[in-house]
Amino acid sequence: MPIQYYIFFCLTLFSIGVIGVLTRRNAIIVFMCIELMLNAVNLLLVAFSKMHNGAALQIAPGSTAGIDAQIFVFFIMVVAAAEVSVGLAIIVMMFRNTHSVDINFLNRLKN
Amino acid sequence: MKVIIGLIVLWPLVGFLFNGLGRNIWSKKTIAYKATGYVLASFILSIIAFLNVQAQGAITVHYFDFINTDTLKIPFDFKVDALSSLFLLVITGVGTLIHLYSTAYMKDEEAPHYARYFAYLNLFIFSMLLLVLGDNYVIMFIGWEGVGLCSYLLIGYWFTNATYNYAAKKAFVMNRIGDLGFLLAIFWLIAKLGSVSYGHVLTAESLAKLSTTDITAITLFLFIGAMGKSAQIPLYTWLPDAMAGPTPVSALIHAATMVTAGIYMITRSNILFSASEFTQHVVAIVGISTALLAATIAIKQNDIKKVLAYSTVSQLGYMFLGLGVGAYSGAVFHVITHAFFKALLFLGAGSVIHAMHHEQDIRKMGGLKSKLPITHITFLIGCIAIAGVPPFSGFFSKDEILAAAFAKSPIYWALGVVGAAMTAFYMFRLYATTFLGKFRGTDEQAHHLHESPFAMTLPLILLALASAIAGAIGIPALMGGHHWLSHQLTPIVGETKEVALSHSIEWALMGASVSIAVIALFIAVNRYKRQADGEPNTALGKFLYNKWYVDELYNNAIVQPLNKFAGFLKETIEKNIIDGAVNGTGKIVQYSARKIRLIQNGQVGYYILFIVLGIILLFLFWFNDITINRFFNNLIK
Repeated sequence: MPIQYYIFFCLTLFSIGVIGVLTRRNAIIVFMCIELMLNAVNLLLVAFSKMHNGAALQIAPGSTAGIDAQIFVFFIMVVAAAEVSVGLAIIVMMFRNTHSVDINFLNRLKN
Repeated sequence: MKVIIGLIVLWPLVGFLFNGLGRNIWSKKTIAYKATGYVLASFILSIIAFLNVQAQGAITVHYFDFINTDTLKIPFDFKVDALSSLFLLVITGVGTLIHLYSTAYMKDEEAPHYARYFAYLNLFIFSMLLLVLGDNYVIMFIGWEGVGLCSYLLIGYWFTNATYNYAAKKAFVMNRIGDLGFLLAIFWLIAKLGSVSYGHVLTAESLAKLSTTDITAITLFLFIGAMGKSAQIPLYTWLPDAMAGPTPVSALIHAATMVTAGIYMITRSNILFSASEFTQHVVAIVGISTALLAATIAIKQNDIKKVLAYSTVSQLGYMFLGLGVGAYSGAVFHVITHAFFKALLFLGAGSVIHAMHHEQDIRKMGGLKSKLPITHITFLIGCIAIAGVPPFSGFFSKDEILAAAFAKSPIYWALGVVGAAMTAFYMFRLYATTFLGKFRGTDEQAHHLHESPFAMTLPLILLALASAIAGAIGIPALMGGHHWLSHQLTPIVGETKEVALSHSIEWALMGASVSIAVIALFIAVNRYKRQADGEPNTALGKFLYNKWYVDELYNNAIVQPLNKFAGFLKETIEKNIIDGAVNGTGKIVQYSARKIRLIQNGQVGYYILFIVLGIILLFLFWFNDITINRFFNNLIK
């Protein structure tokens, strides 16, 4: 499959993420949109890695060029998982305190 | 000799510092003794320097390098030759007498002001000595500015009077206009010759390097400088107003010394001036016009000092006529005799004013002859001297100028004689109105009339003596003399061109001018010995009484437009444009800050929106059209 498809797909996912973050007020949905953006980037990274490796394999069979990006993505996913747990914990605490997951309630933090 | 010449200049400076710094400490007696003593010391040293010049000729002494760069060297040198040593004697001699006179004239002043007065006077002597002693135009210019400053300070000595301050400012500004001309001449000399020393500039070799245009321009600029300092048309109006200063100041600065600086400068630069026919004509025409204009004005003035002031302007005009027709030694001769008789006349006037309790209007005087015998007789001698009656000094010097003028053009001579007749007329009008007839002042003034103290009459007597006999230094060959002065000045002004006149013509000229002057003299005495001038009633009388309306003309043509322009700049340009720009910047910042502040509203969503917008903008700017097009083309492909 040509790389363009991946790019367009990732662009779409990322844009959905951005628009979601900007428009929605539900903290959980905003959080999911953030994850969406993160994973759009991850996907693009993997796609470019594969493309790069494919090109290298045609010149030199057995080449590992570009493979490191895929390992990098695993790390990102691990970190993201940790981040999700922290984020969800915050949302849970928020709900406990305010009985709402409306992101505008976070304004109260500034005082 | 180096030390002596240095001390001549330094003593008055010491006096200035002494009185200026200690004005709250010393008693009036100390101030008076010191101030006069320092100038007297200079005078004695000047005599030594003069005798030295007589014995060994001119000398130049080097002190230090004033400006020393790769391309321009200006040494701080003094030159003592026949010309500067004569000026030294006049400045310090007359200066000493006037200091002495001032000690009595200013005795009503409080000690700090008394000290301030003498400090200025000493500073003036210092500057004037610097002016005449300097061996290059830059040193001369330092003195030139110094005397201008002192003149300003002394005219405005009674600084609580707004009119006097105005007169001081007027003198300063008009002098500055002239100074600019002098400065331009110096720059021009530096640009063309790379030097300003007399020993280098005033030589035939330097002259050969300069084109005719250069010489004409330099001399005209120098002449503009002389016009300002020596009160010639069109820059003469400051001098009559300068009479706001104390009378001894008028005598010293505005009659005897400072105003002759222009004549000194031109005489010093005579090689340049002689090389430009055009400038010489300009100098002569300006000189004779000033002489006549000022003489006509003097006829109708009623302020005793104003008459003398216009008379000074007129006499300076004669000197410039002399310079213009090439009679340099004649001009210097007239400077010397004029210094004596005009200082005498001013001091006499001061004595009268002193006796009259600061009354200066001659219409309220009269009959002072018996009350002020010494002042009367000395004033009369001064009047005779200035009127050009032989054998008093004014006759010889004026006659020399007139003879040279006749040799150049009989028209100059005829105008000069008309001026001389007017001089005799207004001086004896002044004399007769003041001293003859009946007293016209108040009873109180009549009661208090008194002869001035000895410190004031002594300078009068000495100056009267000098006015009477000073002509002896320049008795022409015609009368069996050998004209000592012109022989003295030969090394500086060159061999006096033999006036190509036969003796009979010369006698005739002399007889004509003297007899016309004497006739004018008797008319004046007859007309004014009983009554003073009333209010001017004829059109001409009013015209002259109002000084040809020159002040009004300057006011309307130059001062008012300048004021209007300044007002326009102040009211319109400054307030609207400059202030507007400054205040506008502040307003814009404040206004936009008030508006933009609202963006920071604490809504996290907005912040993120702006981050996104920012990134989009960054992309748009970072990747120009071509990059973006290529990117999308690649995507589509």
